[in-house]
Amino acid sequence: MTLKEAIGDYVKDGSHISIGGFTTTRNPMAAVYEIMRRKVRDLHLYVHSNGPAVDELIGGGCVSKIEIAYGGSGKFAATCIRFKKAVQEGTIEIEDYTNYQMTLRFLAGAMGLPFLPTRSSFGTDIIHTWGFSKEARKNDPKVPDEKLVVMDSPFGNWMDAEKVVLVPAIQTDVTIIHVQKADKQGTGRIEGLTFADVEQAKSAKHLILTCEELVDTGDLRAAPDQNQIPFIHVDAVVHVPHGAYPTACHYYYDYDPVYLNEYAKAARDEQLFGEYLKKYVYGVKGQEELIALVGEERMQAIAADPQTGYAKNLKRN
Amino acid sequence: MEYTSREMMTIVAAREIKNGDIVFCGTGISMLAAMAAKNINAPESVIFFETGSIDARLEELPLAVADPRVMYWASSNSGLLDAFATMQNRITGEHVFGILGAAQIDKFGNINSTVIGEYYKPRTRFSGSGGACDVASFVPRSIIFMQQEKRKFVNKVDYLTSPGHLTGNDGRKKAGLPPGGPELVITNMAVMRFDDTTKEMYLAGYYPGVTKEAVLENMEFSVDVSRAEEVEPPTENELTILREKCDPQRLIL
Repeated sequence: MTLKEAIGDYVKDGSHISIGGFTTTRNPMAAVYEIMRRKVRDLHLYVHSNGPAVDELIGGGCVSKIEIAYGGSGKFAATCIRFKKAVQEGTIEIEDYTNYQMTLRFLAGAMGLPFLPTRSSFGTDIIHTWGFSKEARKNDPKVPDEKLVVMDSPFGNWMDAEKVVLVPAIQTDVTIIHVQKADKQGTGRIEGLTFADVEQAKSAKHLILTCEELVDTGDLRAAPDQNQIPFIHVDAVVHVPHGAYPTACHYYYDYDPVYLNEYAKAARDEQLFGEYLKKYVYGVKGQEELIALVGEERMQAIAADPQTGYAKNLKRN
Repeated sequence: MEYTSREMMTIVAAREIKNGDIVFCGTGISMLAAMAAKNINAPESVIFFETGSIDARLEELPLAVADPRVMYWASSNSGLLDAFATMQNRITGEHVFGILGAAQIDKFGNINSTVIGEYYKPRTRFSGSGGACDVASFVPRSIIFMQQEKRKFVNKVDYLTSPGHLTGNDGRKKAGLPPGGPELVITNMAVMRFDDTTKEMYLAGYYPGVTKEAVLENMEFSVDVSRAEEVEPPTENELTILREKCDPQRLIL
């Protein structure tokens, strides 16, 4: 299946979606750019800590609601720039959770449970301040009535915990994650940190995997303990080399400091941002053209060292 | 030897880290402090990230907690569920030492990294909690890095993202949190700690060339200064290791 087909089939106006990765690593960027090119609108987006993917989707005008723990791209943008602007100007609605809470919410969805408990966030505005009003929640069947609920532990003081915070499950229409290796059937393998990708993947009604390498089934089945995503969860597998670029993909390539710095500069200015979108997003047909546009020299610079999995001595200022 | 306030802050934090500590790091100066401790005074400390990496060999400074540099030569690479379990685990959790940063702090060490102004129409939106509220909720000890400014040391934070000692005294317990809360605040001028009983912030140290009065002038609320002493400046050895080994590209320094 092509990326155009996969995104066209599953990501619609108003869809509830989640995307994998964490800050500047393994964001499913090729899929994000395709969503932007298709001018999908009114997405309800769920992430824990995400950077470039969130910012590009918001910058492309695709998102109307977001449930998030952290919007930042490390040193390249301590707070994601278009995200910041959209929240300040009120052009998107936001609900704040913590990373652990978002992870538990995806896990609850994956397990088919309505909620899971945690001891995180007592006494904070994460509990007291709601982004989506009670009324809006009641009127939207795809969103739970409560942001979260504090309750006394039904087990008394067992494990020295008198109270718990219950966080509601997330079940998305579609989740997109980028993995290092997958086969045609859909089995996926992530190398390095998995973040919450596995929980995100399994909490979706439909799952799209993009992969750096499409490998023979035998290659993955020979070491099944290294595979995190069994094919039974997967709806579409798309082979997209450099599919996480300009974010990093462990053992394949590093993040591209040049691209991320140029993006940050463009994102701060309406005219420059318009030019950026025209050239790098709308002006190319897909990831292959984007990579060609950026050029071989930069790809060489960010190519991962096989031992450490990142580009050693990469200029990152 | 000349040094910057950033170098001073990093070294002051590194000195607090002991062998056996499992150091939870956020992005930026907190990573550098953990690397400095590991290279200078606490070689047996363990650097730990919410993304799931435990005891990676940081040959280059990571620029985010998901940077592939945190994945190299780790004891284990997993994900967020495992990382937050490590902080709550009744055996390993006791050893976790958190390092956080924020835009605003109050006298009980409650911090804001979400918005300045009104939540629904903020003047400035920041990244949000990420894992900060989780760490601040779970771990027994933590450091908070701050810039010493009146608009940052405030009577009331605009949004309480991560719990400190909440309302002081046994505020954490009443709210349902495990024991813990911030142990010290490190700024570009001074070091603050929290009273054992009231959990209220007090001035514990000021840097060479800084007066107690100057610190107070840069805070909206007043703190006890009677226990304050001048902080030892970084040594030549500390500075050399920090500059040459931890951040030779000067990405954070």
